[in-house]
Amino acid sequence: MASTDAGVHSGVNGPTRASIPEKTLRTDRWWLAPLATFVVFVTFIIYSSWRAFSGDDYYASPYLSPFYSPCLTDSCVEGSSDFGTPFSWWQLSPALVILIFPLGFRFTCYYYRKAYYRAFWLSPPACAVAEPHSSYSGEAKFPLLLQNIHRYFWYAAVVVAVVLTFDAVLAFRDEHHEWGHMGLGTVLMWINVILIWLYTLSCHSCRNIVGGRLRHFSKHPVRYKLWTWVSRLNPYHAKFAWYSLFSVALVDLYVYLLATGVITDPRFF
Amino acid sequence: MSYRLKMRLWRGDRSGGELKDYQVEVSEGEVVLDAIHRVQATEAGDLAVRWNCKAGKCGSCSAEINGKPRLMCMCRLSDFEPEETITVTPMRSFPVIRDLVTDVSFNYEKAKQLPSFKPGPRDADGKRRMAQIDVERGQEFRKCIECFLCQNTCHVVRDHEENKPAFAGPRFFLRYAELDMHPLDTHDRVELAQGAAGLGMCNITKCCTEVCPEHIKITDNAIIPLKERVVDKKYDPLIWLGNKIGIRNKDNDGRTTA
Repeated sequence: MASTDAGVHSGVNGPTRASIPEKTLRTDRWWLAPLATFVVFVTFIIYSSWRAFSGDDYYASPYLSPFYSPCLTDSCVEGSSDFGTPFSWWQLSPALVILIFPLGFRFTCYYYRKAYYRAFWLSPPACAVAEPHSSYSGEAKFPLLLQNIHRYFWYAAVVVAVVLTFDAVLAFRDEHHEWGHMGLGTVLMWINVILIWLYTLSCHSCRNIVGGRLRHFSKHPVRYKLWTWVSRLNPYHAKFAWYSLFSVALVDLYVYLLATGVITDPRFF
Repeated sequence: MSYRLKMRLWRGDRSGGELKDYQVEVSEGEVVLDAIHRVQATEAGDLAVRWNCKAGKCGSCSAEINGKPRLMCMCRLSDFEPEETITVTPMRSFPVIRDLVTDVSFNYEKAKQLPSFKPGPRDADGKRRMAQIDVERGQEFRKCIECFLCQNTCHVVRDHEENKPAFAGPRFFLRYAELDMHPLDTHDRVELAQGAAGLGMCNITKCCTEVCPEHIKITDNAIIPLKERVVDKKYDPLIWLGNKIGIRNKDNDGRTTA
């Protein structure tokens, strides 16, 4: 997006601008939000990388970790492959086959872009706080031009959400795959899948696809209705992005703790 | 209840300037612009400040208050502690003229580059018609008072003067979006927004939305929908294929290219 190295004679220190040496005169804690974003995202990246590459402790019957769902390779443990193993030749962790889709969806998401451009690239770190880059071309050039593929990741994210919903239904079984049971893991998986759906359906690309691209709402009443529903969710997209990030990590951690025998799943019936 | 307010105001012009300290008597319920006027009336009769309606509707008194782009007339003194020093500077993205007044002609140049509304032919009875839900869609965008706080806070031009020729800025993306969503407009605004207006330079960090005194959701409702329309047109092979083989409703109604 830009090269680093602060430009002294451009931007707010340019020759025509009011001569003010400070890069910002903001007195509030403007650095708190980007710092918190940075810390949480880095923590999630470290945690999810460890879990995805480990290839272990991702299934505690009947619960399958969302990082490994669907499990599509020969190395999947017994009972975890509900959709067969079409990637039987894959030698690495089964998570690496499918994680590209939800991660790609989040990486190109309009909210996450805002968050990491601010927190990681400091472009800008906060509003009316000068950025430390001497040039800037935004998303107009490669590689950031590729952010435009967001909607393809959205299509994939819908499929992933359907699969996670299926997993949540399967969580109404016990460890012997008998139906009609429920435990704390079932509750966590349903909370997660609802948040994933809310995040996926509140997406800006979804809003465009269902009706936003139209010029005549009046000629497309069904799509207009869909657009109004998505528009009601859309203002909360950032919240759903955060909540679902936590919930997906929490469910994975819960499955990990069950699979390693650290805890046992409280069963309700 | 009145108290002595400590203020730091930027005084100077293009040849240089500095923050100068002032103290004025202010009362409960007043706004920053009131305090500025009192400074003008008591301590600095030559202080330059642009203002007009004092009601948040004319968009004249844009400035930066404690570093945040805001309208001086809509910024209540009660938002600050009485002992706090309030710093007021001119908008830092535009060339300064004097004191708190900047030259905002960049925005008028950008406005000139934006082709105005161009409807197609009238209906047989000489009228033009729009359905109410299509009329309502653009109402949010029409709340813009052209205070240019969004233009001022946008880092694309605030931090990079060299981008000004190629970038229209959020206020005008708002206008492009409004016209592109208008059922009766015949220009291809998507092409214009991506090309001449530099839509791709926006990295949607939402500062324009944060500072808008009219609370227009500039990023969510104008810029991102425009970006998605660019994707529809330029980067989505499924849509391209659908258009080629004629299975897509183009929803164009006589729209021509730019």
